[in-house]
Amino acid sequence: MNPDPLIPFPEVGEADNLPESGPTDNRIPTWGPWVVVAGTAAVLGGLLALTAFNLALLIFGTVIISIFGIYLWARLIEGRRQAFDRAVTLGVTSLFALAMIPLVSLLYTVVSKGLSRIDAEFFTSSMRNVIGEGGGILHAAIGTFIITGLATLASVPVGIMAAVYLHEYGKGKLKRALTFFVDVMTGIPSIVAGLFAFALFAIFFGPGIRMGVMGSVALCVLMIPIVVRSTEEMLRIVPDGLREASYALGVSKWRTVAKVVLPTAMAGIVTGVMLAVARIIGETAPLLITTGAFSSVNLNPFSGRMDNLPVFTYNQYKNPGVPPEPYIDRAWAAALVLIAIVMVLFLVARFISRRYGTELRR
Amino acid sequence: MTAAAADPVPAKNGPTVRTTGVAKRIDVADLNIYYGAFLAVKDVTMRIQPNKVTALIGSSGCGKSTFLRSLNRMHELIPGASVEGSVLLDGRDIYSPSMDPVSVRRQIGMVFQSPNPFPTMSVYDNTAAGLKLNSKRMKRDQMDAIVEKALRGAHLWDEVKDRLDKPGSGLSGGQQQRLCIARATAVEPDVLLMDEPCSALDPIATLAIEDLIEELKQKFTIVIVTHNMQQAARASDITGFFNIGQSGDPGILIELDETDKIFSNPAHKETEDYVSGRFG
Ligand SMILES: Nc1ncnc2c1ncn2[C@@H]1O[C@H](COP(=O)(O)OP(=O)(O)OP(=O)(O)O)[C@@H](O)[C@H]1O
Ligand SMILES: [Mg+2]
Repeated sequence: MNPDPLIPFPEVGEADNLPESGPTDNRIPTWGPWVVVAGTAAVLGGLLALTAFNLALLIFGTVIISIFGIYLWARLIEGRRQAFDRAVTLGVTSLFALAMIPLVSLLYTVVSKGLSRIDAEFFTSSMRNVIGEGGGILHAAIGTFIITGLATLASVPVGIMAAVYLHEYGKGKLKRALTFFVDVMTGIPSIVAGLFAFALFAIFFGPGIRMGVMGSVALCVLMIPIVVRSTEEMLRIVPDGLREASYALGVSKWRTVAKVVLPTAMAGIVTGVMLAVARIIGETAPLLITTGAFSSVNLNPFSGRMDNLPVFTYNQYKNPGVPPEPYIDRAWAAALVLIAIVMVLFLVARFISRRYGTELRR
Repeated sequence: MTAAAADPVPAKNGPTVRTTGVAKRIDVADLNIYYGAFLAVKDVTMRIQPNKVTALIGSSGCGKSTFLRSLNRMHELIPGASVEGSVLLDGRDIYSPSMDPVSVRRQIGMVFQSPNPFPTMSVYDNTAAGLKLNSKRMKRDQMDAIVEKALRGAHLWDEVKDRLDKPGSGLSGGQQQRLCIARATAVEPDVLLMDEPCSALDPIATLAIEDLIEELKQKFTIVIVTHNMQQAARASDITGFFNIGQSGDPGILIELDETDKIFSNPAHKETEDYVSGRFG
């Protein structure tokens, strides 16, 4: 682009006289940086192999040396600005790759250790009368769906209405105080939520009580503030112009909220709820002390212990029988199922916000 | 709901929505408009006549929008905003304590500067929004008739009749603004307030809307805020000129008169300076 039309572009011949930052034909080819990194890694790897091989040193050394390498190369043929640019690009990319290492290795570990038990039996049988090999997560999966489902059923209406109050109705000191408490609640350690539910039910049923619904209550404590926060965020991006347009048609406030504001924000709110479910479905600590572990299917959240995926995983790993392998395998497989569920929730959330949430993001 | 009870045709009685708006007169007396403690518009007294187009002109920040929004009690939606004085709609004070602001807005509609169709609604539902949002029960063909009439009135029917079920936000800016006008007229208000309705439109769409305003005044009382002198001169019968001393001072109504008089022979020097372009 030529910003000032009065200053003409340089003539073709003049280009050679431009300073080094000007356009030149000398460019490092696109495969250049890759070759630098690969070459450095090969040479350094060879050198290290001769002495004492060390993977961490290899990675670290490769990054540092290739950043210098690409800088020097670009400096020689492209100029200083481009050289700096390339060094920063390579540095940032390496840091990104570094950040991905734990994630990828975690996924790899879970998949490789969990895959062996992903079979039909694993999904269709409980741990009833199972000692040693076999058994499955049916009871725990059902428990997780009941416990999380109840928590979601209770948290979503409460959370959305609280957010509507805070954003559409609340004002002044009360609103600020409530916002503060919601913020504090978002940071509550999950074990505290579990203790709260436990103590609450102990008042009525005596100590030592374990029920699925207690787990739901604990999860509600964790989930409500998340739903409030994300819903408030969505209400905030509904343009005021829409509210005014509705009022100007002689529509009352609650109808405006119910029929204009909430539908407009709906895709975002649903996305937020999905993410909140994904966030709590793997909570372990509060469920350990509220739902207990149980080896059979229990469909009644209001009576008796109810197993669930996180607690199942924990117990299989923590208290294996003899030999321990089948237990450990089940733990990894259950962990893999949990990760898969969370992943599906994220994908659905993304899909909803992509598919239905476009109007507000223009 | 005392106001609704006094409505010419009670809105409650099922399908008998008011089918004809009655253009009404507005008398404003000693109106002071505040944002918190800040007096934005001071001491406005004026009469807005039925079946006439009243244009409000004046430099930026002199309180035209503020004044306009106080005519249908939209102003008080802003936190801390308040109003002193009286605004009489055919003799009844819209600010009297027994008056329900929702019913005031049902009688005094508004079109905003930037088009704001409801993004979740189709063209059809946008046009019928005033009825649908208020859960008016009516037969489908009756609703169809109202929608078609409003869209024809806004000169939009031919452009959208094949895509009534498509989202309203998929229209062009000018079409969206006409959709908003259709939406505002579909509920048959008595008065229509328009805040710079053409500022986002090209000259052709602007002329189309001016023609539309000319037609709408048969049925409504129209108040339009505009920065466009030609538009005020072309489209209005009466023109009011607002001005402001220094920034921080309240805006005041300098004069209100026949549009011809304001543009040819205004009573005040300030008005003359402004309309002839010798002013800020
Ligand atoms: N929401 C608000 N809160 C506080 N002050 C406001 C608010 N809106 C407007 N004002 C102030 O009120 C005064 C009048 O504003 P207003 O928007 O009515 O001007 P206007 O004549 O419509 O200007 P323009 O021609 O630019 O639209 C200005 O001083 C403005 O700063
Ligand atoms: Mg304005």
